[in-house]
Amino acid sequence: MRIAKALPTLLFALLIGSCDNRSSVEQANEEGIFVVGNSNEPKGLDPHLVSGVLESNIIGALFEGLAVQDPIKDGDALPGAAASWSSNVDFTVWAFKLQPEGKWSDGVPVTAHDFVFSYQRLLHPELPAKYSEMLYFIKGAEDYNKGKNPDPNSIGARAIDDHTLEITLRGPIPFLPEITKHYTWYPVPRHKVLEFGEIATPFTDWTDPGNMVSNGPFQLKSWRLTHHIEVERNPYYWDAKTVSLNGIRFLPIGNPYTESRMFLDGQLHMTYTLPPEMIPYAQEHIPNMLRQEAYVGVRFIRCNTLRKPLDSPLVRRALAISIDQASLIDNVLQGGQLPATGITPPFGDYKPPAVVTYNPEEARQLLAEAGFPDGKGFPELKLLTNDKDSARRNAEAFQAMWKDNLNINIRIEQREWTTYLELQYTSDYDLADNGWIGDYLDPTTFLEMWSEGNGNNNTNWSSKEYEAKLHLAENTADPAERLRILAEGESILLKDIPVIPIFWYTTNYLLRPEVKGWSPLLLNNHPLKFVRLEATAEQP
Amino acid sequence: MLRIVFHRLLQTIVVVFVLVSFTFVAVRLVPGNPFVSDKALPEHLQESVYKSFGLNGTWGEQYVIWWRNVLTKGDFGPSTSLFGRSVNEIIVQSFPTSLLLGLVAMTIALLIGIPSGVLAALRKNSMIDYGSMIFAMAGICIPGFVLGPLLQLWVARNTTFFNVAGWESPADILLPAITLGVGVAAYVARLTRGGMLDILSQDFIRTARAKGVPTFTILRRHALRPALLPTVTFLGPAFAAIITGSFVVETIFMVPGMGQHFVTAVTSQDYFLLQAIVLFYGLLIGGANFLVDVAQAAMNPRLRDAN
Repeated sequence: MRIAKALPTLLFALLIGSCDNRSSVEQANEEGIFVVGNSNEPKGLDPHLVSGVLESNIIGALFEGLAVQDPIKDGDALPGAAASWSSNVDFTVWAFKLQPEGKWSDGVPVTAHDFVFSYQRLLHPELPAKYSEMLYFIKGAEDYNKGKNPDPNSIGARAIDDHTLEITLRGPIPFLPEITKHYTWYPVPRHKVLEFGEIATPFTDWTDPGNMVSNGPFQLKSWRLTHHIEVERNPYYWDAKTVSLNGIRFLPIGNPYTESRMFLDGQLHMTYTLPPEMIPYAQEHIPNMLRQEAYVGVRFIRCNTLRKPLDSPLVRRALAISIDQASLIDNVLQGGQLPATGITPPFGDYKPPAVVTYNPEEARQLLAEAGFPDGKGFPELKLLTNDKDSARRNAEAFQAMWKDNLNINIRIEQREWTTYLELQYTSDYDLADNGWIGDYLDPTTFLEMWSEGNGNNNTNWSSKEYEAKLHLAENTADPAERLRILAEGESILLKDIPVIPIFWYTTNYLLRPEVKGWSPLLLNNHPLKFVRLEATAEQP
Repeated sequence: MLRIVFHRLLQTIVVVFVLVSFTFVAVRLVPGNPFVSDKALPEHLQESVYKSFGLNGTWGEQYVIWWRNVLTKGDFGPSTSLFGRSVNEIIVQSFPTSLLLGLVAMTIALLIGIPSGVLAALRKNSMIDYGSMIFAMAGICIPGFVLGPLLQLWVARNTTFFNVAGWESPADILLPAITLGVGVAAYVARLTRGGMLDILSQDFIRTARAKGVPTFTILRRHALRPALLPTVTFLGPAFAAIITGSFVVETIFMVPGMGQHFVTAVTSQDYFLLQAIVLFYGLLIGGANFLVDVAQAAMNPRLRDAN
């Protein structure tokens, strides 16, 4: 009875609480808040400890590296925490002049010492940083990180004075400013990190709201688990006049269908992704809000080259060229992806060797040469995928193509994410469906991982010839010559084909028309300080 | 009565203890580890991560240390998947949300379920009876992952009052609560109908009718309480299930509750978080069943006298 009496009051309260007729984005437009879907709850916000894309989206709003991504042109670097930079003739020693007005969000100046501290921290042999490899370009970094040289000052990063950072590299890198856009190269606030622990103490509270300070256009405002993370303008940011947004709200929407519905209901400015089956709907109803853009990432199938018959390059090549990539893209993925003819996607001046193209006739011949005419005697192999529906759909397509073209049977093995990864790290698989996103715009971000002993190789394949090419490229200062050598290296990789390239990624997402200053970027690393909200009359 | 209470409490504790111990072992037997990710962690760092979470000892040591911290300090340990978060913090942040959602869903379930069950029993084999039982069957059969998106598309997209998902305004609680509550309402309606039919055919009801007592008074004073006994038995576990099993609804409607953590703790092999949530849910379900036993004893004179 009491509940019945309280009900009208409750309903009234609900009405009062929700009587605003404006949609969430309309309110956000007025407040200057950019509301974006960001997939899942981030593991953390310490730039040295995370390794995911969704974390990097938030970290990119909070922190700033030496150089900043140009909002329109891929591969162009604008001044960031560094106002200018220069290098010696062979690109091995770089000097970065920091912004004289650069400050942390608590007003403390950002100095070259912060950068040196950050690099020493990321490379510290006891900090569990998955991405320390990104700093191995620096002289002495690898030895210090692996404990071969215990002296942190042996790393080639030095503060000449408060505002001059000198970086000595292990080889010539003409594109170093490009690399410094990656969050592993961002500075962390020495004074705050040390307030909550030692240099190598992981998982401390320095990244909590109220504790965290950052040097980027925004600072952390609030964070509620599985609810939202909100950042607001950093009043001490050196280029605050360029920043247009008052804040950004990142929503961890794990369900992509919910995310699309929220977008269509006016609750989001931008989605993180768009499920393939929603793409035709978006093309028909809201073509002005659908974004389909190239993204430097590749989908591939790892082959465990220790397992028979995958130890034979003939078999691996037969498997590779019997996959009809174009059909997969048109009928299953529907996201405008590109058939991958090699591992490294095309960008900049790099000309990837086009080795893998669909040719079922040749595939059958290769398989016969390998001793399996018409698939006879070919053992049943297992194809490992993760537990996502999309992975299953892709796997079923491969399974059918291999059956049709080669008359061989492949069993699909779906596993939970952690198990799926562990099986690959321990080489306990035959074939594994996988993807890799580039960290910076250079082929090495796709090629380094296939060298011997690299933790992400996991194919048990290695080649002295291949590594010699990588090594030669590393010591070549001429950019065009360097890319030519890397292409030769990639040809060696593709000839042996321990990994089967499938397609090059695109990003598919929805973006409202009032969001300005947002152009397609290959690394999807949009500099948020240039983003503006300008109200328009269009509605989804 | 006191003996029953003591006995049931002891049972609950033993069950929960076994449950948590089983979870402790099971989650460690699953292939993979909590720190695996799509970027390989350099081998020389594996050990330091395990050490920083106190996972470098034997299972026995870890087990004893965990229980000691839980029992003496109320400390469930750190989360291994959400860096820098303690399990206590995660539970404190998310449980009130799940509880609130559960309470509203339960209220909706009872407000729909009991009246339609009573009506169906009173008008047995009429259109009302068939109508409400078809509704009940549909409520049981339609899972949350179908009903939730349908509500989003049909209700939220067509009104400004409801958001599709999120947990911002008070109205945001209604659609997930309805999604969660409808299935329970359906069970409640069927159980209430059954209980009511059983009671209405009893001699003491016929006597009351013969004495000229109005139908409503018969219902309220004589029939409803015994007729609701099966429902009450069901409500304890159902309430616990609503709170613990709301993963699907929480994900669809983006509710920052505990159900999400329960499932992601399994998939990301977050040892401490999973152990703590299993312990917490175990106590909750054990507690709910315990309360149901006590409530039944209080409502049913036969049961009370037997003890």
